[in-house]
Amino acid sequence: MKNDQLLEMIERYLNGEMTIEERAEFDALRNKDAAVETKLEEHKNFTGLLKQYNDRHTMELRLNAIHDEIDVHTLAHDLMAHPSIVVRLWRQHHSKISVAASIAIFAMLVTLYFTGNLTNQDPRVEQLKKEVDGVKDRQKKLEKNAGGITGKSVKTGPTIIAKYRGTGFALSSNGYILTNLHVVNGADSVYVQNADGESFHTKVIATDASHDIAVLQINDPAFKNLGPVPYGFKKGKSDLGEDVYTLGYPTDAAVFGPGALTSDAGFQGDTAEYMVSVPVNQGNSGGPLFDAKGNVIGIISGRQTQTQGVTFAKKSAFILKTIQDIPADSLTKALTLNTKNTLAGLSRKDQIKKLKNYVFIVKVYNQ
Amino acid sequence: MNNHLNVEIPADSEVILGILNNSDVVLKKLYLAYFPMILQLVINNNGNEDDAKDVYQEAIIVLYNKVKRGDFELSSKLKTYIYSICRRLWLKRLKQMNRYGGDIKDFEDYLPVEDEVEKHQDRDLQLNKMGEALKLLGEPCKTIMEDFYMHNKSMQDICERFGYTNADNAKTQKYKCLQRLKKLFFQQQ
Repeated sequence: MKNDQLLEMIERYLNGEMTIEERAEFDALRNKDAAVETKLEEHKNFTGLLKQYNDRHTMELRLNAIHDEIDVHTLAHDLMAHPSIVVRLWRQHHSKISVAASIAIFAMLVTLYFTGNLTNQDPRVEQLKKEVDGVKDRQKKLEKNAGGITGKSVKTGPTIIAKYRGTGFALSSNGYILTNLHVVNGADSVYVQNADGESFHTKVIATDASHDIAVLQINDPAFKNLGPVPYGFKKGKSDLGEDVYTLGYPTDAAVFGPGALTSDAGFQGDTAEYMVSVPVNQGNSGGPLFDAKGNVIGIISGRQTQTQGVTFAKKSAFILKTIQDIPADSLTKALTLNTKNTLAGLSRKDQIKKLKNYVFIVKVYNQ
Repeated sequence: MNNHLNVEIPADSEVILGILNNSDVVLKKLYLAYFPMILQLVINNNGNEDDAKDVYQEAIIVLYNKVKRGDFELSSKLKTYIYSICRRLWLKRLKQMNRYGGDIKDFEDYLPVEDEVEKHQDRDLQLNKMGEALKLLGEPCKTIMEDFYMHNKSMQDICERFGYTNADNAKTQKYKCLQRLKKLFFQQQ
């Protein structure tokens, strides 16, 4: 049987155009010949697919006709979720906004960095530790060398350049020295130099960060006893208007700074400080503040940058407290504060003469 | 939502009956009733109006075929069913376009219809192949195939239309055309 004849029979069979006899005959053929059965199935599927294709096409036409009647654009506009204006602006411009914000933050950080506001330190108060400049130190070194050649030098201590310096003063005759913590903070080694130019190695034995106070001890074999300390420490409060003065080392020679006590409260109302009107410079930090009778009433710790002649000094009461709080095992020698003030009756000139040997340059070395 | 259009929502049973009867009126009602819902879904999920139209029409066809096959059970609301199908279709399309951001903003509840959509799309692929084969077939074969197998015209009509002198010639021609169509269809991958 030829394929086209078979196909025709299949089509007639499927369309129900056969007579009952023909049908029976064809059913018999289907049962007998599996190939006929397969062909029938194939043809049924294929023409079915053609029909479905047509159905889909017709359906699409019908749906499109309906769709064309809808005003889709208006509908879409109504159905669009309308987020708030902020959200929309953000969605449309978020990349630009991000870039702008990054630049702004970066610019702010750069500005802060270069104006020095990025450090924790309040810019309005300046600590008076002195950063020793290279030129001066080279000069000193030259002097020292010159002294060495002529054999006159009595100076001891290292010849490398001190990085920072401040002032310190003796607490007791056996070599305890008081200075500011910010002078010696982070130091590799600390030396003190007396009015005669002799340097001694010291060790930081106690610090009090809240009051910016550090206690040093001279542990240099060349050190001999200082002799009795001429000044005492005032336990009580001093009054406004009192005459005060300081002695310090903003330069290589001791500098006397006279003035008056101007306020009972220091920087930003800090009651642990006095405000005094005393001329100070970098290097004065850690210097003693005396009253007219020669009692220590404070320690110079900073000045205000925006106002002339405003200096701050930690009150002596807090110094005493810090000293009391030093653990006993940090002290290798007894730290006994002088209670007898031998300066009281003397003139300012004579007081300073006596004091001079008890006030030191604190030199800090680090990497 | 449908207040925008002021359309009436036909009862689900009315729609089923209408589909079985091939009613144009019901089809139109059905189409108008749920199109806004799908438009909302698509345009708020990275699509446009044409995408919504494509997805929605495909879903209507899925529903039609299902009802006609007789295996649509009213276990869920028609609205939920249509939404689920469209949602699935749109997700697939977003993935194909690499526009899928990982989540879809939903407006309705939905059912799991993955298998159904998969089956539908397989069949759709076959139909697309058939369309391609018909396009390649050329005239007069294409019209003969359409007239005979799609529009159920008799061989007599076809003879007259194409001016064949006798029915046997027409039959031979039809047979040749069918063989070529099958070949074109199965050649495609």
